[in-house]
Amino acid sequence: MYTQSFITADPIKPTASAQVSPIEPADLMAAFDRVIDADGRIEPQDWMPQAYRKTLVRQISQHAHSEIVGMLPEGNWISRAPSLKRKAILLAKVQDEAGHGLYLYSAAETLGVSRDSMLDALHTGRAKYSSIFNYPTLTWADVGVIGWLVDGAAIMNQIPLCRCSYGPYARAMIRVCKEESFHQRQGYEALLVMMQQGTEAQKAMVQDAVNRWWWKCLAMFGPPDEDSPNSAQGMRWGIKRISNDALRQKFVDATIPQAEILGVTVPDPDLKWNDERGHYDFGAIDWDEFWATVNGNGPCNKERLATRVKAWDEGQWVREAAVAHAQKSKKQERAA
Amino acid sequence: MTASNDKKATDAQGAPLAEWPLWEIFVRSKQGLEHKHCGSLHASDAQHALQMARDVYTRRQEGVSIWVIPSNAITASSPDDKGAFFDPANDKIYRHPTFYTIPDEVGHM
Repeated sequence: MYTQSFITADPIKPTASAQVSPIEPADLMAAFDRVIDADGRIEPQDWMPQAYRKTLVRQISQHAHSEIVGMLPEGNWISRAPSLKRKAILLAKVQDEAGHGLYLYSAAETLGVSRDSMLDALHTGRAKYSSIFNYPTLTWADVGVIGWLVDGAAIMNQIPLCRCSYGPYARAMIRVCKEESFHQRQGYEALLVMMQQGTEAQKAMVQDAVNRWWWKCLAMFGPPDEDSPNSAQGMRWGIKRISNDALRQKFVDATIPQAEILGVTVPDPDLKWNDERGHYDFGAIDWDEFWATVNGNGPCNKERLATRVKAWDEGQWVREAAVAHAQKSKKQERAA
Repeated sequence: MTASNDKKATDAQGAPLAEWPLWEIFVRSKQGLEHKHCGSLHASDAQHALQMARDVYTRRQEGVSIWVIPSNAITASSPDDKGAFFDPANDKIYRHPTFYTIPDEVGHM
């Protein structure tokens, strides 16, 4: 799962190596630009401008946080999934999200930022994660819709990131994308079963879930291009490959035919195929609601953060015990 | 929800508890192929790192063997010396088969 990276107060204090003057040496900058212009890749030990490093740390850590917090809305449904099969699938999916978070934290660490400092930024509310996870999962159909639409939107966003100019991020994204396809398909199939074999009430439940999630998924692609002043720099650096609006359009075009096969509609009276453009036209997104959620006032922001902090605090003894065990084994090894 | 800030964890000697050490993970995808670097993770010791690597990097049978190596045990060539370090190989084009012209009638060689 994934969100766009938002520029907010800087959540992470960079380590000593990252504290250099923002005026970059011209020769190093020129060499860096040559690599970027040739669509080359930057690796952890290579010189890179401070702003590039900072942008990547922010984006990759936000992305990692989104994967980790993204486990919570679906985790709520593991014990309530309607069958053993669906429980096993959901468990595997939630475990994947944990894995995705770990790939991404590792990628961010190659930029000289510690895991603990990233987690601290998340737990103290300084770091952002995808706003989509600040909405509640009210019914079982929400779990299917998250797979189909939320993960579907994530895939649209993530595929171009497999070609990101920063090597470790691109490699992590290739792994994530391979696994994400299972997430989307399992969600769509769960909805298909309800729409084709379910009762009227179950079908209505699916439609209701689509109605509640549709606009939030469109907002996942981030603000319109004209309101994304930082996009151009991301494009220049090969971090961002396709603009927010272009990705959003791709998502709508890909999703509407899937909705028709499923037998649901999306809650947009302005949605219409535009023959001239060769794309669907769609209505306006409520950005005020979106920003209110980003800024902490969504329905579940506090609950999600509190759950994460509780898990971290209650895991403290496990982390300590593992270290104690490692130290003891080492001592015994030396004594033997 | 600030608890993680207030109580700083300590180890058995009372020193602040550092992060679990970082390990680099190498996975052999099948018999006959080499181990390949696939990422890193934090774990308390080597055995722990192996178990974590299995869960993080081989959830879909991506591996038949895993190596874990403490990240700080790796010595790497310096990227700044990339030019000078690899330079000796630069002008030895006679090391490549395409350097030699062989008559077509010889066929594949």
